[in-house]
Amino acid sequence: MMFDRRLAKNFHWGLLAATLVLAAMGVVTLYSAVNADPGASSSGLHFKQMIWYLMGLGVMTASFLVNYKTLERWAPVLYSLCVIMLVAVLVAGRAAGGSRRWLALGPLFLQPSELAKIAVALMLARHYAKEVTTRGFVLRELIWPMAITGLPFLLIVRQPDLGTAMLVMLIALSMTLFVKIERRTAIGIFGFGAVALPVVWHFLKEYQKQRILTFLDPDRDPLGAGYHIIQSKIAIGSGMLSGKGFLKGTQNTLSFLPEQHTDFIFSVLAEEWGFAGAVLLLVAFLLLILWGLSVAAESREPFGIILAVGLTAMIFWHVAINIGMVMGLMPVVGVPLPFVSYGGSSLMTNMLCVGILINIRMRRFMTE
Amino acid sequence: MPQHFLKTADADWYRRRLNGALVLVLTAFLVLGLRLFHLQVVQGEEYRRLSENNCIRLQGIDPPRGQILDRQRLLLVDNRPSFNLVMVPRDAKPVEATLERLAAGTGLDLGELRDTTERARAKSAYRPVVLRSDIDRDLLAAVEARRYDLPGVTVEVKALRRYAYGDSAGHLLGYMGEINTDELGTGRYPGCRSGDSIGKFGIEKTCEHFLRGERGGRQVEVDARGQMIRVLKTVDAVPGHNVLLTIDQRLQAVAEQCLGDHAGAVVAVDPDNGEVLAMASRPGFDPNAFVGGIKRQDWQALVGNPLRPMENKAIQATYPPASTYKIVAALAGLQEGVINSRSEFFCPGALRFGDRSYRCWRRGGHGNLNVVEALSQSCDVFFYHVGIKLGVDRLARYARGCGLGAATEVGLDHEDPGLIPTAAWKKGRFGVPWQGGENLSVAIGQGYNLVTPMQMAMLIAAIGNGGTLYQPQLVRAVEAADGRVVQNGQATVKGRIPVSPGHMALVREGLWRVVQSERGTAKGIRLAGIDVSGKTGTAQVFSRKGERGRDDQVADHLKDHAWFVAYAPSQAPRIAVAVIIEHGEHGSSAAAPVARAVIQAYLAPETIPEPAPVDASEAGGDEE
Repeated sequence: MMFDRRLAKNFHWGLLAATLVLAAMGVVTLYSAVNADPGASSSGLHFKQMIWYLMGLGVMTASFLVNYKTLERWAPVLYSLCVIMLVAVLVAGRAAGGSRRWLALGPLFLQPSELAKIAVALMLARHYAKEVTTRGFVLRELIWPMAITGLPFLLIVRQPDLGTAMLVMLIALSMTLFVKIERRTAIGIFGFGAVALPVVWHFLKEYQKQRILTFLDPDRDPLGAGYHIIQSKIAIGSGMLSGKGFLKGTQNTLSFLPEQHTDFIFSVLAEEWGFAGAVLLLVAFLLLILWGLSVAAESREPFGIILAVGLTAMIFWHVAINIGMVMGLMPVVGVPLPFVSYGGSSLMTNMLCVGILINIRMRRFMTE
Repeated sequence: MPQHFLKTADADWYRRRLNGALVLVLTAFLVLGLRLFHLQVVQGEEYRRLSENNCIRLQGIDPPRGQILDRQRLLLVDNRPSFNLVMVPRDAKPVEATLERLAAGTGLDLGELRDTTERARAKSAYRPVVLRSDIDRDLLAAVEARRYDLPGVTVEVKALRRYAYGDSAGHLLGYMGEINTDELGTGRYPGCRSGDSIGKFGIEKTCEHFLRGERGGRQVEVDARGQMIRVLKTVDAVPGHNVLLTIDQRLQAVAEQCLGDHAGAVVAVDPDNGEVLAMASRPGFDPNAFVGGIKRQDWQALVGNPLRPMENKAIQATYPPASTYKIVAALAGLQEGVINSRSEFFCPGALRFGDRSYRCWRRGGHGNLNVVEALSQSCDVFFYHVGIKLGVDRLARYARGCGLGAATEVGLDHEDPGLIPTAAWKKGRFGVPWQGGENLSVAIGQGYNLVTPMQMAMLIAAIGNGGTLYQPQLVRAVEAADGRVVQNGQATVKGRIPVSPGHMALVREGLWRVVQSERGTAKGIRLAGIDVSGKTGTAQVFSRKGERGRDDQVADHLKDHAWFVAYAPSQAPRIAVAVIIEHGEHGSSAAAPVARAVIQAYLAPETIPEPAPVDASEAGGDEE
C-alpha cells in the first residue's frame, strides 16, 4: 500500500508549496527581527528555527507513510498521553514568565499544550464521525464532546496559557458547528450564555474584571498592552505600500516592538515589506486554508472530512487572531503566527497538521 | 462505507456545511485585508511620520518612596529631589558636537562625557544616558540656560533618599542600592527593572514592599529634537506607604551618644509588648553615603574597619553572656529544686573541682550567701555549685526557655541565633564528651555560650514583666500616603519563662539588690526616685589562666566585654535595656552608666534635649 501509485497522484503539492513559502517568509523575517535585537539572548534564533523546519519536514514526511485512519484507532491513546503530559507540566514543568508550559524531554523542551490542539481535533473527529446526523447534535449528545475538550482546556488554563486554551476551545467549537448543533439546542445554549455571563461577571473580583477589560480594550493599559498595540500599528502602517526594505524597519530595529520574534513577527514583516509583502503572506495563508477545506470536500468518509475541518480551523484561528491582534482588531493574546513566529513546538504542531491534511488527501480514494 | 452514514449525512450535506466555513474564512480575510489596506495605504503617511523619529515614547514615573518615622512621628527618612543630566543619543545628533557645546558651556570634562556616552552605546539609541547624576544648582542653571543649543540633553528630576539623622540608627534603617540580576531573578521584586534602587539592608529592605509604591508612566509624543510635544496617556504612580517605627529617636540618640567611641550595642524595649525603643550599634555608618552608589574608597574603609561598622551588633554580634547568665542559672536551679530560697553556699574566693581551682571574681570571697545575695553580689562560687548540681543540659533547657539560642525574629536580616551548648551538641561538634568542669564555667555564662544584645534585652524584659517573652517588634504601623492605616503592629508572645511566680520573685529581688542594696555590684548607678533592677556582666575575651596581669598591661583588644541588663522602675517596669561595650572591662563601670542614662532619658525625658537632624544645623559638628 505504501507504494500505491494513487498515493503519489493524489499528493497535494499546493499545501506543501504554501507551507514552504510561509516558512521561507518566516525565516527571512525572523532574521530581521533577530538582527534588530541588540541583546544576545535571541542571537541565532533564525538558525535554530531552520533546524526546526527541517525536523518539521521530517515529521511531515513520516506522517504520510501511515494511513491517517490509523489515527482514528489510536486517537484515545494519543489523547490520554497528551492529558498525562499536561498534568506532568503542572507538576514538574519548567516555568518561564509566570507560567509553566514546557516539559523537558532530554535536551528538548516540549510544549504539550501545542499537541493538545491536534489531540482534541483527533478525538472529536473520531467521536463525531460515528455520531453525525443531518438533524444536528442535541445537548445530551454534546456532553461527551464537552468533556473531551474541557479536560485539556482546564489543564492549559491552569498553566496559565490563556491563548492556547482559547484556541483549543475554538477548534472544538468550529468542529462542533460544522457537524451541526440542532437548532433548538443552539438557541438554548446561546440564551443560557447570555443570561449566565452577567451573573458570572458579578461574582468576579475587581482585579479579574480589570484584567478582562484590559484584554478587551488594550487602551486601558497604556503602559503595557496599549503601548505595544500602538507601536505595532505604527510599524505596520509605516510600511506603506512597498515597505521600508529588508533590515530597514525602524520600529523593529529599535526594539520598540515587543516579542518581535514571536507574537509580533507580522508587524516586522509588514513594516519591511509593506502592503505588498503583507498581502502576499495573507494570500499564502488563505490558499493554505482553502486547500485545507478542499481536502475536506474531496474526502469520502466522515472521519477524514471532520478532521480536515478541525485542522484547517486550527490554522485559520491562529492566523485570524494573531494578525487581528497586531493590527489592533482583536484583544491582546499570546497566539503565535503559524510557520512564521519563532517556536519549535508550535512549528512541529503546524507541520504535523499540514502533514495530516496531505495524508487525508492522498488516501481519498481508499476506503476500508 | 457504513450504510447509516450515507443515510444520515451524505457528501452533499457535508459540502453545504463546508460552504458555510468558506464564507466565514473569506469574510475574515477580507476584514484583515481591508484593515491592512487602511493602516498601510490610507493612514500609511501618518504612521510613517510617527515612526520617523519614533515619536511615541514611554516614560516611567517613579513612585515616591514611603517615609520612615519614629514612634513620635519624627521624620527619620524621606526623599529629596535631585537632578540628573541626561542625554538621548538619537535626539542629540550629532552627538560629538552636542557634547562639545555642553562641555564648553558648563566646564564639564569632555573626555568623561565621551566615555560615559561610549559605554552606553551598546544599548538602544533611544535609551537616555545619565551623563552626571545629582548635579548642583550651578550646573543645573548653566544647562537650562543653553537648553536650545543642546538638543537631546535634558535634566531629569529624581527623588533620592535622605536620612535625616545621618549615621544615627543607620543599621536599623538600612540603606538602598541598585537591584542586581540575582535579585531580579528571584521574582520577589515585581515591577522592578535593572537600574532601580531597592532596600538592601535594615528596614529599607524588610519593608521594601510597603515603601516602594507602584510605578506609573505616560505615553508622550516628542519632536525630532526629543522635546515633548504632548502627553497622550498617563498612569499615575502610587506612592509607597509610610512606616512608623517603634523606635524613639530621642532615646536612640542618647544611647548612641553614651556609647561614644566604643564598639558596642544598646537595645531598649518596652517590657509590656516587646516594642523596640532603641537599637544602637557603634561604630555606625551613614546611609546617606549609599545614596546614588557608595564610593569605592568609602566602602573599603567601612569593610576594612576592625570594629565592623557595617554590622548591627544588636542582632548580628554574639558575646558570652558572662554573669548576666546567672539570672538563667538561678531560675533553673530554683525551679529544678537543686537550690531553694534558704540554700546557702560558702564562698572562700575559689572552688576546687577536679584538679583545678575555679576562682570567684572577688579574691577575698563572699562568705556565706543565699541565692538573692549571690545574684546581687554576682558570686561565682555560688553558681559553680548550682552548675555542678544542674548539669549543662538542664541549664540549656531553661536558657532556651528564656529565648536564648534562637533568633528573636525581630524582622531584620542576618540575625544571629547565638549558641546554648548541650552535651550532645559538644559531642557532635567536636567529637569530645562534656567535661564535668565545664558545668562550672557554663553556669557563669562563659564557655561556649553566645548571646546577642537583642536576646538579652528580651530576656531581661521578660523578667521585668513577670515572665512573658515577647517577639521584639520594630514596626508600629504602616500607613498609606493618605493616612489610611494599612497594618498595625501587634504584640506577639513567644512564650513564658518556665518558672513559678515565687522563684521569679526571688530572682527579681536579687536583681533589685544589684542596684539598690549597699553590697550590689551596680549600686553606683542609682537614680533618684526610680528603682532600677539589673545585672552586671564581664565577659572574658580570652582566658588568662590565673596569672592575671595588671589591667594597664592588657592590650585594648584583649580587655573584657562589659555587660549590663536592666529594667525600671523595678515594680512595674516601663523599659528594659541591654548594653554591651566591647572591651569596656567592667559591667558595673562601663555598661551600667549607659543603661542608667537610657532609662533616665526614657522615664524622665524632660532632662534630655530634642535630637537635631544633621543638616538642620550646618555648623553643628560633633556634639559632646
